[in-house]
Amino acid sequence: MILTEFKPIEEILLKLKDEKKIFIIGCCGCPEGANTGGRKVLADMKEQLEKEGKVVTGILEIDFLCQKALIRSRIKPRTDEINNADSVLIFSCGIGVQSSAAVLNKICHPALNTTTFGGITGMWQGTERCDTCGNCILDCTGGICPYSSCPKKLENGPCAGQSKGKCETDPEKDCAWELIYKNLKKIDRLDILDQFIPPRDYSKILPPAKLRKTKLWALDEEEMI
Amino acid sequence: MEELEKTTIEESKFEKALKSGKFTITSELGPPKGVDIEEIKDAAELLRDVIDGINVTDLQSSVMRLGSLTCCHFLKEWGFDPIFQVTCRDRNRLALQSDLMSAYAMGIRNILALTGDYTTTGDHPQACPVFDLDSVQLLWAIKTLEEGKDLAGNELTQKPSFFKGAVVNPGADTEASYELQIIKMKKKVSQGAQFFQTQAIFDAEVFKKFMERIHRENINVPVLAGIILLKSEKMANYMNKFVPGVFVPEAIIKKMEATQDKASMCIEIASTLINEIKPYCAGVHIQALGWERHIPAVVKNIK
Ligand code: SF4
Ligand code: SF4
Repeated sequence: MILTEFKPIEEILLKLKDEKKIFIIGCCGCPEGANTGGRKVLADMKEQLEKEGKVVTGILEIDFLCQKALIRSRIKPRTDEINNADSVLIFSCGIGVQSSAAVLNKICHPALNTTTFGGITGMWQGTERCDTCGNCILDCTGGICPYSSCPKKLENGPCAGQSKGKCETDPEKDCAWELIYKNLKKIDRLDILDQFIPPRDYSKILPPAKLRKTKLWALDEEEMI
Repeated sequence: MEELEKTTIEESKFEKALKSGKFTITSELGPPKGVDIEEIKDAAELLRDVIDGINVTDLQSSVMRLGSLTCCHFLKEWGFDPIFQVTCRDRNRLALQSDLMSAYAMGIRNILALTGDYTTTGDHPQACPVFDLDSVQLLWAIKTLEEGKDLAGNELTQKPSFFKGAVVNPGADTEASYELQIIKMKKKVSQGAQFFQTQAIFDAEVFKKFMERIHRENINVPVLAGIILLKSEKMANYMNKFVPGVFVPEAIIKKMEATQDKASMCIEIASTLINEIKPYCAGVHIQALGWERHIPAVVKNIK
């Protein structure tokens, strides 16, 4: 199971500050197990956003948000509500946010930080990758993870090493920033790239202390002896 | 709270030249793979009173060498004005901040902030790529130190102040990479960049177009155009094939092919190009790659 934690509500509100109408999507996979998803969590978020004067155009739960074909089929009946929203707020791991951004023509804000993989990476993974940096900024990078797709992990734009859209490290690999640019251009949101992104908080890369206190972790430690 | 003391090293020669509006010329030296600094001294002496500042590269192409900071220190002692190139490849934010403060303590004010090549491009492909900060965040870190704080928000005992530059590539070859160069350039300005050096250019038209674009974007920071001294047609073909963002036009390659006297042709190509782009930029940054002895002749030809 992939472990996620809530982003502080202040951070979410800051991300949504220029947006009025929000559509909420939740993954019924890992987040339900990690207590960062499920019907109640999504309903609570709706209530909080409405208190802040936002309009929630709809809530949708999808079994595995790591599967683009599944997302495509599940959003069809909800197209109007999604189109009507300024952006989408996603409760899933980084992979679910990436696959949502690949399918939806909207900015997808992560509501969670992906902190560690307690097992496999995505129940049903496609090309998306998440390195559990614990500080998800996928909404600033068009749903492309700069942490796992750019070898230099650049957050404020590409290096000078890219050539014909390919990466300095491998002419077969797309430059992450080429993809970021194209994704944001497609949804006419290149303005997002103007913001300065401060350095990542690497202390979040350690498995959370909370997790280390769980029974599961303790059992594992026991077995080691 | 009591205002922190602002220590100020005197404005550097390079900074003064750029600020005065004079056509400013810099070059760069690569430290040796070894501990003998005489090599650097000999190359620098060829440039004494010829140019306004000397960059020292920071493990360029990810090849392990003597350090940039150390060579900058010696250049300063010998009476040159060094520009300390700092990349994000090998140091995390602790080491970067510490090295920046060390530079300032040694009287080195000019910084060129770079991302750095990836580790696998060099002679230690097994090394851990650090990239804790990117080049925009590095400029932000410098700005933060200048405000008297470190990145964690702790107070410093004194405020350093730097003259900060960054790089930009006018030859980016896709729509996305070109636009992103402009976006990133603006971010660098907003995080404190006071001058730019460009990737090497050979095509005056490409450079003019780029400069027109940045003026339209209201980016009013002085730009030094990157000039590489071309040693042979072989080198041109190699760069066209392997160096991203560098494009040597066929006409220049032909000229090189046609001559036996490569050095004279090198000087002619470089000075013609510089004279052509001179009205569009604040100066040039000449990369001689071992041909430092030809820089005085190039500079003499600048009209
Ligand atoms: S930014 Fe990338 S690595 Fe970090 S949580 Fe999001 S998807 Fe995962
Ligand atoms: S070429 Fe692109 S993906 Fe590769 S290191 Fe540079 S910015 Fe990152």
